[in-house]
Amino acid sequence: MIRRVLLYAALIASVTVPAFGQQVNLTGAGSTFANPLYSTWASEYAKLHPGTQINYQSIGSGGGISQLTNGIVDFGGTDGPMTDAQLATAKSKLGTDILHFPVALGAVVPIYNIPGINVDLNFTGKALAGIYLRTITKWNDPEIAKANPGVNLPAKDIIVCHRAEASGTTFIWVDFLSKVSPEWKSQVGPAASAVNWPTGIGGKGSEGVAGFVRQTPNSIGYVELIYAIQNKMNYGQVQNAAGKFVKANLDSVTLAAGGAVKSMPDDFRVSITNAPGAGAYPISSFTWMIIPRDAKDKTKGAVLKAFLIWGIGPDGQKAAQNLTYAPLAKPVVDKELAALKYLHY
Amino acid sequence: MASTATTPPPMMGAKDAPVKLSLMARLKKGDEVAYLVTFASALSIILITCLLVQHLWVDSAIARHTFGWKFLWTSTWDPVNDQFGAKPFIYGTVLTALLALLMAVPVGFGAAIFLAELAPRKVSNILTFMIELLAAVPSVIYGLLGIFVMLPLLRDYVVPVLQKIFGFLPIFQGEFYGVSYFSASCVLAIMIVPFIVSISREVLLAVPQAQREAMMALGATKWDVTWKSVVPYAQRGMIGSIFLALARALGETMAVTMVIGNVPQIKASLLAPGYTIAAVIANEFTEATGDLYINALIELALVLFAVTMIINALARLLMLGMKSQEAAR
Repeated sequence: MIRRVLLYAALIASVTVPAFGQQVNLTGAGSTFANPLYSTWASEYAKLHPGTQINYQSIGSGGGISQLTNGIVDFGGTDGPMTDAQLATAKSKLGTDILHFPVALGAVVPIYNIPGINVDLNFTGKALAGIYLRTITKWNDPEIAKANPGVNLPAKDIIVCHRAEASGTTFIWVDFLSKVSPEWKSQVGPAASAVNWPTGIGGKGSEGVAGFVRQTPNSIGYVELIYAIQNKMNYGQVQNAAGKFVKANLDSVTLAAGGAVKSMPDDFRVSITNAPGAGAYPISSFTWMIIPRDAKDKTKGAVLKAFLIWGIGPDGQKAAQNLTYAPLAKPVVDKELAALKYLHY
Repeated sequence: MASTATTPPPMMGAKDAPVKLSLMARLKKGDEVAYLVTFASALSIILITCLLVQHLWVDSAIARHTFGWKFLWTSTWDPVNDQFGAKPFIYGTVLTALLALLMAVPVGFGAAIFLAELAPRKVSNILTFMIELLAAVPSVIYGLLGIFVMLPLLRDYVVPVLQKIFGFLPIFQGEFYGVSYFSASCVLAIMIVPFIVSISREVLLAVPQAQREAMMALGATKWDVTWKSVVPYAQRGMIGSIFLALARALGETMAVTMVIGNVPQIKASLLAPGYTIAAVIANEFTEATGDLYINALIELALVLFAVTMIINALARLLMLGMKSQEAAR
């Protein structure tokens, strides 16, 4: 019995750490949004596999993409998928493709401060786009009022706040606006983490936006769901593709990914904002781990693959949930496990 | 200072010696070593500056070729369509720094004179310690205090009064949301006051006692002594403290971006939100993708460098003017 266990352990070890006792160091960089997740994963994984050390630098999604493209890090983390142009650049520099693997989900919620109103407001996508395009300027605008029957909205100017710095949060927010509003798409453009805002004040970081909204009467802003939950903030419900007003929570965000799985391409570069499904929260998104198809160092590649499998597996997803990331839906995980065959190690 | 006065400059020493000594022997004498070490230190600073400029120049090539001089006076900042212009950022940087100086210099000089000349020694030491503590506070703390403490105060108490009294001036008109050039300048002023106080106090304390005693002997009051004899003597050092404060104000990033509103626009009203060069670089560089975008941000850094140089040069010219005026008197 003991011998069999030992044999099994040796087998596993030989898969993950081919040379026994050899230290493997992996470095990753990118998304600040996913930083708590990768850091927790890294420390828990190192406990299970003492030979592996994973170091993640939270320098922003754009920085992660460029460091991976230049071969500085072993994997990247990004909140918006790489564009075709970025993939082509990476291929010419690295000589190999870059693959996307969703590792968890995030969501963005509207926050507001209207004196005298303590209920959760309902927002249609059109209302949010209108507010951020400055075509809706008053709180009692019919587009907002008709979604909130019985709420006495003031005839006050809406003061708009957005994130000042380019961020994954902004990417998700703008991705949603460009999907639900043709005006947004034609005037401001498709999803991007840096935006030429038609209106509004730029708050620095989530705390900047939240601080501004908390202190400024009749203002509106947006923050990550995690930030809103951890700071016990009230936030609005948003109308989804099925016409339902949905409050964001871990379940409704996971549902958004589940609803999108049918139409998901094999490279996982998909936006799941405005996803179908009655319970799906519409302003949701994956955060991706990006990995080169071929590794310069096969040993490292094998360890990275094992790390990814562990991360999207039950233990890694449980860690994600403890950090209030919405876990991946089962169909997504299955699809990812099947896609591992595209990695050349 | 003292060492240069007592020992002759090393080059002179080398000339005086008729016998040519070997390098080792010269090194042993010590002067040569001191010369080399200090020279290397000075050279390294110049080298770092040159490297910095060279790097900024090379890495901004695409943006410089695409936009030319137009970059400096166009106002569009659109990363989606790759259109970049620096005017609102330059305006915001210069305006907030100068406004901060306007607020900080009188307060800083006042405090320094009080601490050095008028306050009892014990009070002076405690207060100085506290002021130097202020200089060590990280700027993100100032930014957060700015958002959560200062903005509500400004919005509820200060700005309504300002608008009541000076409301006829365009610089105090318009809606005030809290974040603005004015708020950024206030935070900056608080941040640079410790520099001005701390340096000016040291300079004032270094004024020779004889300077004071001579004036006292003529029957002058304490204030007369301070204002007419001590301050003029320390003037140059005090102005030097302004330079340091100005450099800090021009380059400050975190605290400013948290309270300025981050809107690339130029408005006459000080109560409107704006943007600064350092703030936009910090906000957008990490997530910038596309060569032109990154190049434009690096060119902004180059512009900030130039702005700092120009303002410093102007300030120095002003000082020269003052000195020659004094000489003419």
